[in-house]
Amino acid sequence: MTDAPILEIQDLRISLPAGGDRPYALEHLDLTVNPGEIVCLVGESGSGKSLAANAVMRLLPEPHVHVSAGRILLDGEDIGAKSESEMRAIRGDRVAMIFQEPMTALNPQKTVGWQIDEVLRLHTDLDRKARRARALEILGDVHIPDPASAYNAYPHQISGGQRQRVMIAMALVLNPRLIIADEPTTALDVTTQKQILHLIKEMQRQHGTGILFITHDFGVVAEIADRIAVLRLGELVESGPAEQILNHPSHPYTRALIAAVPALTPPAHKDLSAAPVVLRAQGLAKTFAARGGLLSGRRQAVTAVRDLSFELRQGETLGVVGESGSGKTTVSRIVTRLLDADRGEVVIGGHDLIHADRRQLRAMRRDIQMIFQDPMASLNPRKRVVDLIAQGPIVHGVPKAEAHARARELLSLVELSPAAAERYPHEFSGGQRQRIGIARAIAMQPKVIVADEPVSALDVSVQAQVLRLLADLRDRLDLSLLFVTHDLRVAAQLCDRIIVMQKGEIVETGPTAQVFADPQHPYTQALLTSIPGRDWQPPKLTDAA
Amino acid sequence: MSLLLYLLRRILQALPVILLIIIGSFLLIKLAPGDTVDALVGDMGGADPAFVARLRQEYGLDQPVLVQLWRYLVKLAQFDLGWSYVYEQPVTKVLASRLWVTLLLMLGALSSAFVVGVALGAFAARRAYSATDNVISTLGLIFYAMPSFFLALLLVLLFSVKLNWLPVGGIRDIGAFHTGWKLWLDIATHLVMPVLALALIYLAFYMRLMRTSVLEVMELDFVRTARAKGAGDARLMFHHIMRNALLPVITLLGLQISTVLGGSVVIETIFSLPGLGQLAYTSVVKRDLNTLMGIIFLCSIIVVLVNILTDLVYAWLDPRIELK
Repeated sequence: MTDAPILEIQDLRISLPAGGDRPYALEHLDLTVNPGEIVCLVGESGSGKSLAANAVMRLLPEPHVHVSAGRILLDGEDIGAKSESEMRAIRGDRVAMIFQEPMTALNPQKTVGWQIDEVLRLHTDLDRKARRARALEILGDVHIPDPASAYNAYPHQISGGQRQRVMIAMALVLNPRLIIADEPTTALDVTTQKQILHLIKEMQRQHGTGILFITHDFGVVAEIADRIAVLRLGELVESGPAEQILNHPSHPYTRALIAAVPALTPPAHKDLSAAPVVLRAQGLAKTFAARGGLLSGRRQAVTAVRDLSFELRQGETLGVVGESGSGKTTVSRIVTRLLDADRGEVVIGGHDLIHADRRQLRAMRRDIQMIFQDPMASLNPRKRVVDLIAQGPIVHGVPKAEAHARARELLSLVELSPAAAERYPHEFSGGQRQRIGIARAIAMQPKVIVADEPVSALDVSVQAQVLRLLADLRDRLDLSLLFVTHDLRVAAQLCDRIIVMQKGEIVETGPTAQVFADPQHPYTQALLTSIPGRDWQPPKLTDAA
Repeated sequence: MSLLLYLLRRILQALPVILLIIIGSFLLIKLAPGDTVDALVGDMGGADPAFVARLRQEYGLDQPVLVQLWRYLVKLAQFDLGWSYVYEQPVTKVLASRLWVTLLLMLGALSSAFVVGVALGAFAARRAYSATDNVISTLGLIFYAMPSFFLALLLVLLFSVKLNWLPVGGIRDIGAFHTGWKLWLDIATHLVMPVLALALIYLAFYMRLMRTSVLEVMELDFVRTARAKGAGDARLMFHHIMRNALLPVITLLGLQISTVLGGSVVIETIFSLPGLGQLAYTSVVKRDLNTLMGIIFLCSIIVVLVNILTDLVYAWLDPRIELK
């Protein structure tokens, strides 16, 4: 193996269509990937990192978005000079790609085997039997249990993690020189993410492949990178060896990004045993019933939550953590009675929310409010911000003028300008929209706020700001927070106590610091060891905001 | 085995639907003023009241409506569709002599509309917003907007009157007494214009839907994956895009088969084809209740069968859907 770089990007510039918010998606990008090296391209949304990947494959949506300057060299050959059919021969053979969403990145109508077979059919002249043998072999290499049955399965019949393994198998089947991985683990659970990262590293070591790894997550970067390049709005702000960038970042933007990564150090334990209990949940259970009957097919019943009890004290933040399918979202829905529980009670201020009648329920809604995951989808796009915030109080009988005045006050409380009141949700960024969502929730002056993954759709720097705002409001307004999240770093930052859920049951509960320091249940231990970059402590950077 | 069970269950589920259709249409027809006897007597130019009353009694039309309905249902349960007093034949025989014409017309029109529409739609989407796309889309819009009777008349004017290539109407050349292959060829030439007139309208539907659907699927992640694998344009279109894009078109096709039955009334009348549509029209005018109910019964069975077939095709195209 020679040491000549596999990929060299020299002074790359990608133009955007005229009339956009900036003329170039990327400018002056220089990047090198050597054999057997993992280079992480890090940046927040809009930094142009995915476009850089597509430019290497020459899969930009031309002519609107095109390379207008610079060169991309693959093994010393200029990609820009290749014809389209030469490019087709390169794609999938010498350069392969792994995408973010394993669900949508595979054709739903074709079997896994067919889709791996397609790569071989396009680039080799192996016969049917040899191709099948090779596909089965690579499925075995990526540790898919029972490759023969996976070969015949459709993508929807296997789990998310396995689908991503199939994507990796598809990328590796011809032993490419370079793999471009575009956020390959973002859509996966932490334990699965750990396995997939491990697999990528293992494959890379075996084959000496160069990997261009695109991600926004510094935890993942710390886990996997040899070298790092940081992008911000199309500009390369800093690049260098992983160790240097992670621990001694020099550019202010990199410093700010790293400072925004939640440290895995839980807050000091607050003694809240004297505080009154504001919400007590007792024996909650929810089963999604078997559907169908006499004349139609039956679907198996799914137990989402099984016998759940907890107490939430005033001023406390209780985290509910778990992977997808653990029932944590169902918890947030039945506690707020957006979904009817089968059994159990939720007592707020002496009344049971679960068994309240229509009128009582409406009065009690005031005490418990929700913040949703997707701030775009949860705000009515046709209403002005002031109406969105004031709507709840008005429904509960507050005069309109008073509610509007209060809404404007709330905007400044969530650090938005009062002018925001007259605008519509689409005029705001994701972080600002989530602030509006928070203002809407506290407008009702609730005792309890249930937040369902409120920061998982946000960039890391924005995420840090929103988390700080939530903590600040909680302390100032003496709120209690039920905080549902899959992200243990986020939980560590905000929660006083956490509940770890698996398959609808609480496997462990306790003060966050204690659970993190000394997890008792094997599942909790697995979760904690799966946090990407857990061995890396983000350096304390004093100057970064 | 599970497929057989599925089919059995679907057919069982369809029975109450068909029963409801029968009862509903029977009552609706009875709500309209006038009956077979009125129409017959009108044709004869009048008759004395005693004769009219005897005729009603003979046909069982003097009974209360519910009794008539019950008698009809009992006969239907024995697969007896009754007697047509207009054609003086069993209804089954009347229907049988006309069903094939309508089926040929429908299947010919729908299959050609589907095949050509899907192909044109995919082609237009591949060259979206180009001159080719504009020409195809505009033509589609014209056919879509044109009433079928007008389109039919234009076709007659062009192919029969001006060019004298195709016969004006009918299903076969009555004086020629063709047999064997010649007969089939004769029928085919008679069907060209009716099929074309009916197909062009539906073709526009499928084309527009397919175009939109292909444009949508082209943007999906797995198409990008296939491109990243090095697949060429033709391969992308045939293996990855078209089959996925067909799903909404299949849904529309299944829904439209029932409307085609209605649309064929106009076409059959214009081209004087002895089909079910024309029969339905005359049965309404003549108040031939038994024939009309027979047509409704037959059509509801066809629609139910087509629906089941659509679901089967859909499940075959999309493996995520399980037949349950």
